[in-house]
Formats: sequence, C-alpha cells, structure tokens
Amino acid sequence: MSLPPRRRVALALAAALSILPLACGGNESSVPSAPPETTGGDRLPASVRPDTPVPPPSLAGQITVYSGRSQNLVGSLLQRFETLTGVEIKVRYGATAEMAALILEEGENSPCDVYYAQDAGALGALAAAGRLRPLPPSILSKVQPRFRSPEGLWVGSSGRARVVAYSTERVREADLYDSIWSYTDPKWTGRIGWAPTNGSFQAFVTAMRLTAGDQATAEWLKGILRNRPKTYANNAAIVAAIADGEIDLGFVNHYYLFNFLAERGESFPVRNFYPRAGDPGSLINVAGAAVLKTSRNPAAAEALVDFLLSPEAQASFAEETHEYPLIPGVPLDPRLRSLDEIATPDVDLGALADLEGTLNLLREVGALE
Amino acid sequence: MRTRPPLPLLLAASLVAALALLPVGYLLLRMAAAGPEAWALLARPAVWSVFGNSALLAAVCTAGAVALGVPLAWLTARTDLPGRRFWSVALVLPLAMPSYIGAYAWIALLGPRGMLGRLLAPLGIGRLPEPYGLAGTALVITLINYPFVLLAVRAAIRRLDPALEEAALGLGLSRRQIFWRVTLPQLRGPIAAGGLLAAFYALSDFGAPALLRYKSFTRVIFIEYQSAFNRNTAALMALVLVGLTLAVLAAEAAVRGRSPLFRTGSGSRRPAAPIPLGRWKAPALVACAGVVTAALGLPILVILYWNVVGWRNGQGLWLSPSAVGNSLLAGTLAAAAAVVAAAPVAYLAGRYRRRLAGWADRSAYLGGALPGIVVALALVFFSARHLPAGLYQSLPLLVLAYVIRFLPQAIGCLRTSLAQIPPRLEEAARGLGRGRLRTFAAVTLPLLKPGALAGAALVFLTTVKELPVTLLLSPTGFDTLVYAIWSTASEGLFSQASPSALLLLGLSALSIAVILRQEERGLYG
Repeated sequence: MSLPPRRRVALALAAALSILPLACGGNESSVPSAPPETTGGDRLPASVRPDTPVPPPSLAGQITVYSGRSQNLVGSLLQRFETLTGVEIKVRYGATAEMAALILEEGENSPCDVYYAQDAGALGALAAAGRLRPLPPSILSKVQPRFRSPEGLWVGSSGRARVVAYSTERVREADLYDSIWSYTDPKWTGRIGWAPTNGSFQAFVTAMRLTAGDQATAEWLKGILRNRPKTYANNAAIVAAIADGEIDLGFVNHYYLFNFLAERGESFPVRNFYPRAGDPGSLINVAGAAVLKTSRNPAAAEALVDFLLSPEAQASFAEETHEYPLIPGVPLDPRLRSLDEIATPDVDLGALADLEGTLNLLREVGALE
Repeated sequence: MRTRPPLPLLLAASLVAALALLPVGYLLLRMAAAGPEAWALLARPAVWSVFGNSALLAAVCTAGAVALGVPLAWLTARTDLPGRRFWSVALVLPLAMPSYIGAYAWIALLGPRGMLGRLLAPLGIGRLPEPYGLAGTALVITLINYPFVLLAVRAAIRRLDPALEEAALGLGLSRRQIFWRVTLPQLRGPIAAGGLLAAFYALSDFGAPALLRYKSFTRVIFIEYQSAFNRNTAALMALVLVGLTLAVLAAEAAVRGRSPLFRTGSGSRRPAAPIPLGRWKAPALVACAGVVTAALGLPILVILYWNVVGWRNGQGLWLSPSAVGNSLLAGTLAAAAAVVAAAPVAYLAGRYRRRLAGWADRSAYLGGALPGIVVALALVFFSARHLPAGLYQSLPLLVLAYVIRFLPQAIGCLRTSLAQIPPRLEEAARGLGRGRLRTFAAVTLPLLKPGALAGAALVFLTTVKELPVTLLLSPTGFDTLVYAIWSTASEGLFSQASPSALLLLGLSALSIAVILRQEERGLYG
C-alpha cells in the first residue's frame, strides 16, 4: 500500500516538526520565553547586592530536580543556578505529592538528586521513609530552627502564611475575628470556603491538633461544618470564588491573592486578613528542599539547596512570588505583614508530616467524604 | 468461526494483554503490602457510597454520550447535512478538551456572578443552575466523552450495507421505522464499544469531579495518594475500581451481542446514497451548532476572555515552542503504537471464539478505567526497579504507558470494523493460495482502515491532553502543552493557561481533520 502524495507530505512535515525540538536540545530544561515580570535574578532592589557564589572547582556534572513548585514560579531561578555554576540541571515539574509518591515508588534507582517541595508535609513524609540525606550545618544554620527539619534532613526556602481571604464588597475588616477558633460563629453560615483535600489546609489542621489536641480540633471542624462551608479543590479556586460572589471568606495561603491582583488588577475585590493571636490560624508553612540519599551528585545537589537560600534567590521569592524570604536582611513586599509580626504557633513543621492522624480526624468529622 | 488461532497471533495478543495487566499486577502487590488500616478503610460505608456515586456518574455520562453520539453520527455520515466535513471535525473536537479546563470554564459561566448570568440578566432570566454536583459533572464529562460514541458509530455507519434499508423501503417501512428497526440494531456493537469508552472515561476522570465537588471514587483514591502518601491504601481502592470495570465490561458484552454485521447473501455492498433531510435540514443544523457551542464554543469563549483580561493587566504570553512539538510527537507515536498493539487482540477476539481470546480482550481493557496516576506509578514501580536506567523515564516507556491507558479505544474501533468484514473474503483469498499474513495485509487491513483511523484519532486526542502519566514518566525536561495548561490553571493564572489551551485545541483540530480526510478518501478503496 503506497501512500498518496499529500499524505506523504503531511507525514514528512509532522516528522520534521517533531524532530526539530529534539534537535534543538529539548532534553534540557528549556525555559520558555517568560514575560518581563518573571526574569528573576536580573532585577534586584538596590539594598541587596547579589552574592554570587564562587563555585568550588569540584562542582561538575548534572543534577536532576523533582520540583513540586511550578516552572512558572521557579524555572528561571533554577536556570540561574546552572548559569552560575555550570552544573547541568534537569527539572521534572509536577505536583508536590505526586513527586513524593514517585520518589518513594522509584526506590533505590531514583534518578532524583534534589526534591523541591511546595510544603513541609511532603518533605516530612520522605524523611520519615528514610530517603533523605542530612544537610551540612552551613546550610541549615541559614534559617531559623522553626523553618527546618529538627534532624537536619530538609530546609525551608520560602514561607507562606495562612490567612483569611475575604471579600471587600461584602465583609468589613472589623467584622473579622482575630482568632481562627471563632469562625464557628453562626453568622458565617454559608459564607465560608475551604479546601480539605489541600496540603496546606491539612498542615494547618495538623498544627491545630499539635497545639490544642485532637478533641478541640474536632470541635472546631464540626463547628465550621455546621456553618455549611463550600468545598473547593485548591486555594486558587477559593480566592476566585470569593471574587465571584460564591462565598465571602476562605482559609488560604497569603500569596494567591497577589497572583490574582497581578492578573486582574487592583480592583480585584478580595484582600487578606492576618489572624492576630498566636493560634494555628497564623501558621507559617514553608516550601523547602532536600537532597536524596540516593543522589549521585550530592555535592552539586547541596550547592543547589544552598543557592535557594542565597540573597539572590530569596529576593526573587519576595518579589516574584510574594512569599516570605527566610534569611535575614531581604526586603519584603510592602503589602505583606513582616514575619516578626506574625505570632506563629509553637509547632515543629516536620511534625506536620503526621498527615495520617489529620486525615483520620477529617474523615471522622465528615469533612472529607 | 474458525477454532484454532495461529500461534504468532496468540503470542502477540498475549504479550499485549500481559503488558496491559501490569497496573493490575502492581495493585495486587501493593494490596499484599497493605496493613489492616487499609482494609478497615474499605469497611467504611462512606467509601461505598462514594463508589455508588462513581457508578451513577458513569451510567449517566454513558447514557448522555449515546444520546448525543448516535444521532450526530447518523447526521454526519448518512444524510446530506450541509458542511458535513466541518461538522465531522467540530463534533469530534470536544474530546481534546482537558476535563479540568472544561470544569473551570463552566464554573466561570454558571457561577453566581458568572458570565452567562451577567449576559442573560438584562433579558430577564433569573438565576441559572449551579454547575456543581452530579448535574454539572455529568454535563462537563458528557460534553467531552460523547465523541467516543460518535466516532465508533460513524465508522460503522459508513460501512453499513444499504441493501437492507432498501429492502425495507421496498417493503413499505417509513424512514423512521427503518432507523429504529433496521439501522439501530446493526449499530448495537459500535454503540456498546463507544459507550464502554465513555464509561471508562467517566470512571477514571478526576479533574471534573474534583472541581465541581462531586464525591467520586477517583477522589478517594486521590486523597490517599495526595495527602497520606499512602500508596497501599490507594491501590486497594483502585482494585475495587477494577472490579467495577469488569462489571461494566460484562454489561458491554451483553449489549453488543453476537450477531454478525456483514452481508451473508450473494453480491457485495455498494456505497449508500445520502439521505435527503429536506425540511429537517435547519433543525439538524441548529442541533449540531448547539452541541458544538456547548461543548466547544462556550469554553473557548471563556478561555479567550481570560486571555484578554490578562493582556489588559500587562501579563505577557507564556508559550514554549518545544512543548508543541513534543506533544505532537507523543500523540502520534501513541496513536500508531496503540493501533498496532490493538490489532492482534481485536483480531483474535473478533475471529476466534476461544476462552483465551476472551481473556486477552478483557485484560487489555482493564488498564482503561484506572485513574492515570495508578497506571503511572505501576510502570514506575516495574521500570525503575527492573529495567536498565536508560529505559526509565524514556520516550518508549512513555508511549507504552499511553498505550496501556488508551488501548481500549483502539480495540473498540478495530473490533467494530472487523465485525463488518465478512470472513468469506478472507477465506476466498486463502482458498486462492494466499498465506495468512498476505491475506491479512491485502484483504483485511484495507477494510479495517475506518476503524483503525477512528481508533488512532481517539488515542491521539486523549494522549495530548493526558496529565498524570506525562508528569511522572516523560523524560525529565520533556516540555508538554498539557503541563503548561495545568500548572498555570491550578494556580489561578488562567490568562497564562489560555494560549496553551487554545494551542492544544488547535493542534487537535488539525490532526482530526487530517485523519478524517484519510477516512473519507480510503472509504471506497
């Protein structure tokens, strides 16, 4: 059966088109031409001088990163590491939990060197499974103890605060409560949104369990459920729903609002409210990184983790993603409340990995099914 | 029917079936490793009510897909509907829509301050129905999966023998009676095949139920993976889903029946003349336009709106050129591989009535209803630990994963085509001295073309929008369109998701047009 001429041409075109990206080195982390706002390392505020690390002569080869943070957020930053040190970096992007499941399933043959997670729970899970390599003290000492693993197995790279996002059109800030415990008040019936399947929400519930005990946490969850909250898949959906008028407030992470403000302008009718008391409502969770025990290039892997804590990278977190930098001396987005002003609960973030207990509690009170 | 299949055919089909069973093997291994808490989870009534939700969703979506797919297939394949070629592409295209994008779009349209609400308010129309729950989820999924039925039935209709209908006309039956009593019974097989694929899609989809807040079984499985990193418990749940799959397969076999679809008398079929629609032309056009608008037009409008909003606020375009090429490559390879892999299984099951043939057939289908994350992790488990390092997370392995997931689509379409080919043709060729393989190549293969092309189209469309397998098994650094769409949409950056989403739809449209063109040209060859 010979192919008619037009089909042959079409096939040839398709073949040429598909070979082209491979020929152009499609196997490296090809970073897309990003819009001007996201060229991370090139625009720095005057008060922070780039601390260009002098690469030790032994750094070479390549490393593979499994990143739960999106290419949009950290792609150019990781590329910058490659430019600075010459280490070839290959990044696999996905969801934090799926990347963790992947690492666990791969076992000893995992090609991953660095795991970059969106939240500490996933890092804790890998640590508990014995898959992480302890980090050197020089890296660990860069952040406060509350933002790293007590066993030195992972380190936080940027912080995200839990806030109550509220509608500026239907809620006055004066009506909002200082403490997260009081949102069980019946006046909020039908007006609350939450995402019980979301990792950061579950981390917050775990923190509540650790500080106040299972009983009190169960009471709070049942109280919120009596207010008939609307369930969403993730934080972004909650913020969008507040703007669309489906709900009036929601329990989210602080930086989602800024994504929307950038996309839709300052008239976006939602703002963040920081709970004032030191209860779990004011938890600061971290995105963080760890080196795998099975890494084939641990020197370069540790250098990458170190780079994430450099002033250059930390400044980009503050500016591009509006997160909290974790090393001292990096200026904050003026719209954010400073870390010192947020009285965080006394919780070991690594212990937030006890998700099993939280999941059981959520199922028991009926929040998950 | 012949009774002894040739050994090479048996081996080929068994190999394909064995590969397709890899996910089930993985699940059984994990089940063995699951502790008592995992089993305790199975005993909770809440879990079983969620299981019932999934079954209900699958039933509703399948019924909807058949209700839409059959009339549309008949309209585009047998009547003189104006613009048939355009409608053929446009009506199949909704399959290219990722379910979470469809869900986001309908939320934007029908939410309390949604776009449709604001548009229709001046006309005095009050509150619109909410998109959440069973109704919204079923709507979004049906509007995506009806092309399964449409393509399978279309391929069959084009090969229907008009002699039966002409005989019925001669006996005095009206057109409507002919459709119900002559045409439709012949379409039982393709309807069952397409409906099966639609049911599988509804069972395995996660995006739509998650966003539209419908508590389906995939959601329970997802919670275990996502929140507890508990692969053993999740595997246990997935095995329950496999059980449901077997039930669905049994139902499909019952609907399909065993009657042959080919002509047994003397003579051969000739092309059917298009049925004139007359005064029904306008309503038919309105119906087609309505479906295309609901399934494609409205979501695309929403996507364009997000794009414009983003531009106005200074957001740039975020597009990766290599992603386009990679997605095309992966889709084409998967489509070709799936059809090649499906051929022995379809031929074995269609031409031979052995037990083994039935089991090979059923095994090949089991991978199709599982959530993508299960298939992905299964292949990670086997390949990371047992294959040489170069093969893990490589393009061939990725294509294998796609084939395992989407094999049912290719098999279904091939079987339908095969059922319409009289074995007499092959026997005649054998009688004239051609060997088995030459007979297959010269006689069967050309007649299988509509089914093969339909299957290739389905696999291509579902592969380019597939997410979980792509994220876990593609070579590290393999940019894809689907990642660009998903990562930005899940963070609420819809305006950045728009260009890639539009590009995905455009690519799919082009490919469908090319494939359907081939179907037309090779029809009477």
